[in-house]
Amino acid sequence: MKYTEEHEWLRVEGDVVVVGITEHASAQLGDVVFVELPEVGTMVATGDEVAVIESVKAASDICAPLDGEIVAVNDAIVDEPGKVNEDPLGEAWFFKMKIDDLSALDQFMDEDAYNDLIG
Amino acid sequence: MPEGGNGSAGLMKTGDAMSDLKILPLDGLHRELGAKMVPFAGYDMPVQYAAGVMKEHLHTRAAAGLFDVSHMGQVILRGADFETVALAMETLVPVNIAGLGENRQRYGFFTDDQGGILDDLMLANRGDHLFVVVNAACKDADIAHMRAKLPAGVTVEVIEDRALLALQGPAAETVLAGLNPAVADMTFMDVATVSLCGVDCWISRSGYTGEDGYEISVPVAQAEELARALLADDAVLPIGLGARDSLRLEGGLCLYGHDIDTGTTPVQAGLTWAIQKIRRTGGARGGGFPGADRILSELENGASRARVGLRPEGRAPMREGVALFADAEGGTAIGAVTSGGFGPSVEAPVAMGYVPADLAAPGTQLWGEVRGKRLPVQVAALPFVPANFKR
Repeated sequence: MKYTEEHEWLRVEGDVVVVGITEHASAQLGDVVFVELPEVGTMVATGDEVAVIESVKAASDICAPLDGEIVAVNDAIVDEPGKVNEDPLGEAWFFKMKIDDLSALDQFMDEDAYNDLIG
Repeated sequence: MPEGGNGSAGLMKTGDAMSDLKILPLDGLHRELGAKMVPFAGYDMPVQYAAGVMKEHLHTRAAAGLFDVSHMGQVILRGADFETVALAMETLVPVNIAGLGENRQRYGFFTDDQGGILDDLMLANRGDHLFVVVNAACKDADIAHMRAKLPAGVTVEVIEDRALLALQGPAAETVLAGLNPAVADMTFMDVATVSLCGVDCWISRSGYTGEDGYEISVPVAQAEELARALLADDAVLPIGLGARDSLRLEGGLCLYGHDIDTGTTPVQAGLTWAIQKIRRTGGARGGGFPGADRILSELENGASRARVGLRPEGRAPMREGVALFADAEGGTAIGAVTSGGFGPSVEAPVAMGYVPADLAAPGTQLWGEVRGKRLPVQVAALPFVPANFKR
């Protein structure tokens, strides 16, 4: 598992990257009440706002961590946004991306580095 | 509300501690209870505790919640007698204050010369004095306003040595009666001095959640003991500003600085119920308050726009600032959301905002622009959750 400074986690599954938000992010957001996901097939560039997550407190954007194509989205969290609080690292993944070169993940933090970041 | 309506806040926008924030008397207790603290109206305040906004909100409607509202201003006005004080205050507030029964409380607002609202407040007849509670963000201005405008015979005493706690929810009566059974005899908007934890507390049967409950003014020295005594009851959870905001929003209650301000009149805001007949045209003490010309005219002829409830049809919350349109495409904005978010008891997004009077009927179809997309929203009757007061 890799982590971004924007509190996303990235996990390689075959030739795609699964993206979700960390437990820390989920706790900071509070109760999630709304999720909007990108359309499958969308080509995205690093930093593009691809998903929206709203908690009882505020709205936040989820940005694409890498260039690539959205190949799957998790409709279950659109139907039940509360899953993002219950199981952010598992069931509540956000989307899957196909990227050109999986070695691009090397730029991101490992678990120890991420834990240092969130203190 | 500290964190609503800021649009995209980012996942990790942590509040930087500001050195000039005022500290609540129960600051230590809030931290002990796991509160997340945020700056609000110049105070370092609990926005939520460990349970989180959703659970805190639902618990308040199901049992009871304890709120620290010590940031609000408590003020005593004295003069030759209550009537003198009340009549003086009626020159600033378009409410029947002189007609308040002893130990009864009423909602009101300070108006300005243009008919706008300077602040909203609670006013209580305490026999020999008038007790008022004003919003934290406005209290310095309110106090200066009263001192400048009230006649020399009326003194304005700011109460600095008392905390203010609110116990709200259907279990509030049982819980508080456990400390002193006298509170069970109070009905909605009654006020009384009642001994709790061995000290005289000024209690009103009111609040700002749409639930039955009490607001308790307690000397700072006994505030923590009282708060702990209330929290010791399994029915009571501590509740932060986040749930306070969603509770009052579902209750259709205005938040000053958002749903009402100097740019809104009481008639536009739908607060005409608070202006009794005696203060209206033809009443024995009709007019005689700032902005009376405009407000009395709007009372007779209607206002051009109205505060309404809004129910987004989808799941996306429409927060403060969302522009409202009459059509799905084209045209200019006809209004805006002034408070909005997710209603935990409604289990859907809810909002309030201002629209032209001819688009204010419940059921009217409008569109709100969220992240560049127009989403359907319906005008809805307020409150979203029926009030549960003990009349």
